[in-house]
Amino acid sequence: MTTRQSASAQSSLPDDWTRVPTGRKIGNAVFWILCGIALLIIVGPAIWLAGGVIVRAIPNFQWSVLTTNTTSGDAGGLKQAILGTLMITVGVLIVGGTISVLTGLYLAEFAVGRHRSILRGGYEVLSGIPSIVLGLVGYLTLVIGLHWGFGLLPAVLVLSVVTIPYITKATETSLLGVPSSYREGAEALGISPGWTLRKIVLKAALPGMITGMLVAIAISVGETAPLLYTAGWTDLNPTLQLTHQPVAFLTYAIFNFWDAGTTSGLILSYDAALILLVFVLLIIILGRVIVAISRRYAE
Amino acid sequence: MATTAPTVPSGGAGNPPLRRPGASLRNFVRNGGLVMWLGRGGAVVPLLMLFFVLITLILQAIPAIRFAGWHIFTGKTWNFGAQYGTPVTSDGVTHLAGEEFGALPEILGTLATSAIALIIAVPVSIGAALAIVERLPRRAASIIGGFIELLAGIPSVIIGLWGALTFGPFIAHHISPAIIKIIPNWPGLGFFHGDPGNGQGLLTSGLILAIMVIPIVASTARDLIRGVPLLPREGAIALGMSDSQAARKVTLPWVGAGLVGAAVLGLGRALGETIAVAMVCGVALGTLPTNLYAAMITIAANIVQNLDTAITDRMDVSAFAELALILMVITLAANVIARLLVRRVSGTALPVGRGL
Repeated sequence: MTTRQSASAQSSLPDDWTRVPTGRKIGNAVFWILCGIALLIIVGPAIWLAGGVIVRAIPNFQWSVLTTNTTSGDAGGLKQAILGTLMITVGVLIVGGTISVLTGLYLAEFAVGRHRSILRGGYEVLSGIPSIVLGLVGYLTLVIGLHWGFGLLPAVLVLSVVTIPYITKATETSLLGVPSSYREGAEALGISPGWTLRKIVLKAALPGMITGMLVAIAISVGETAPLLYTAGWTDLNPTLQLTHQPVAFLTYAIFNFWDAGTTSGLILSYDAALILLVFVLLIIILGRVIVAISRRYAE
Repeated sequence: MATTAPTVPSGGAGNPPLRRPGASLRNFVRNGGLVMWLGRGGAVVPLLMLFFVLITLILQAIPAIRFAGWHIFTGKTWNFGAQYGTPVTSDGVTHLAGEEFGALPEILGTLATSAIALIIAVPVSIGAALAIVERLPRRAASIIGGFIELLAGIPSVIIGLWGALTFGPFIAHHISPAIIKIIPNWPGLGFFHGDPGNGQGLLTSGLILAIMVIPIVASTARDLIRGVPLLPREGAIALGMSDSQAARKVTLPWVGAGLVGAAVLGLGRALGETIAVAMVCGVALGTLPTNLYAAMITIAANIVQNLDTAITDRMDVSAFAELALILMVITLAANVIARLLVRRVSGTALPVGRGL
């Protein structure tokens, strides 16, 4: 490990001056072994966690759970919960996605100086607020304050606020990563700034923005705390009615059914966990594929 | 950038600029003015949301602040009061009989679980980050990066499920008895002794939080260490340091402030984590844990587990708003400190910074 000594020994030095003291060798080895153990402590739980849930879920998993109707209790399937989660996710992409892309665009392309650092600080601080606090505020103001009741709209709004910092960050970073030579080239060709933004800059930044959207999808699918008191729970199919109509969602099934004391509840929560886990894995793989493809095209 | 370029074509030498009807609107769009104004509208939303959340919580918390005062930081009893009894009035505040808000156990629980999480997560993450950057080949580092992403991407409710049904019992059967056996039974160390319980409690919550914090700290530390220039390290080795010494005495101090920032970023995450902790903490409202294995509760877990009990009474809801305010202030302080220290936070693709 420590073998980077000069090859030519000088005559005035003792013969074995290049020999590394055993104590240092041991110290070096111990340090790197500890680092290796730390690595195992990271990888171990990841495998144990994902594997443990999958191994416990698979034996009792039946495909019919995807199409069986949800019941108010813990029997039945997860159909409405899956549909509700998808619906909330689409809503978050529309509301949160629009706001975040505009924010990221403005911060990267237009805002300068103090103005920019204040606006950027705003969304960075927002990302530090615990999601349960946002859920509580959504509950107090939207569900109670505006008398909306549990429904799609409060859930989508609260989750949008949760996801905004992530999409904004991704959008801003990818826009800032577009080489300035692209913009200069476009300007030299006499293309108007608006056109440049739309056809050249946005195109180059698209992979990064899509990755940001994937993060938003992962968050909307996996969040529980902000939804418990905004979306509610129902055994009805989700509709386009925005308020006064609770929406079922997958994470509720995990959070509330696992300790319901019934076997069907336990199986149902593991089913929901398996579905979520597979979904998250797909998103991670998709994200990596997008990054790989865009890297190849960038060269 | 590039917002001021005049694109109204001039009509040649000495002539006034050519203008077509409707040209001003068209130029506005062409020059990106429309996008800029839309963007400006979007960009203030996060800031507005921040103020909205803060003001809502303060307004909603006022009744509870007037009722409980400083007692919320010192009291140990949390009582929702007689929900269907007649409200009573004391000190000019109308509230339910027997209502009491003492949040000391939850505040301490939040801080204690986060402390356990950081004590474990920070050294592990830094060690692993060093190993990833300085020892592993690129391909292996990318695979490990995948595991970190996976750990960051698993929804916290699934971590809670695993913690409650797999990890918690494992702790109760193997880890807790081992700790009890190893730590000598001296006075002052009583906190480490007691009934190992059923795996729902302080230790399990702290460890679960450590697992959730590790992806943030590790990926930030990895990115920071990757940014350390090669020359100082080579210089250190040329001066006769072994490479572990170079790592400890050159690489780590080089990114020291950033590492502290990464740790505080993880702290912010640990403080605010709700669902996973709510599933493994044992939900013991109003009692201080007597040992490392006892059931406890955190602020966030209390809100999520008990809000539905409270929603019939305005004062109870107000108390939860105050709890949320306390939690938000603690978390925001941690986050602001972290961001000042890290400056450039890691740019990984998946939600490192939030375990969903």
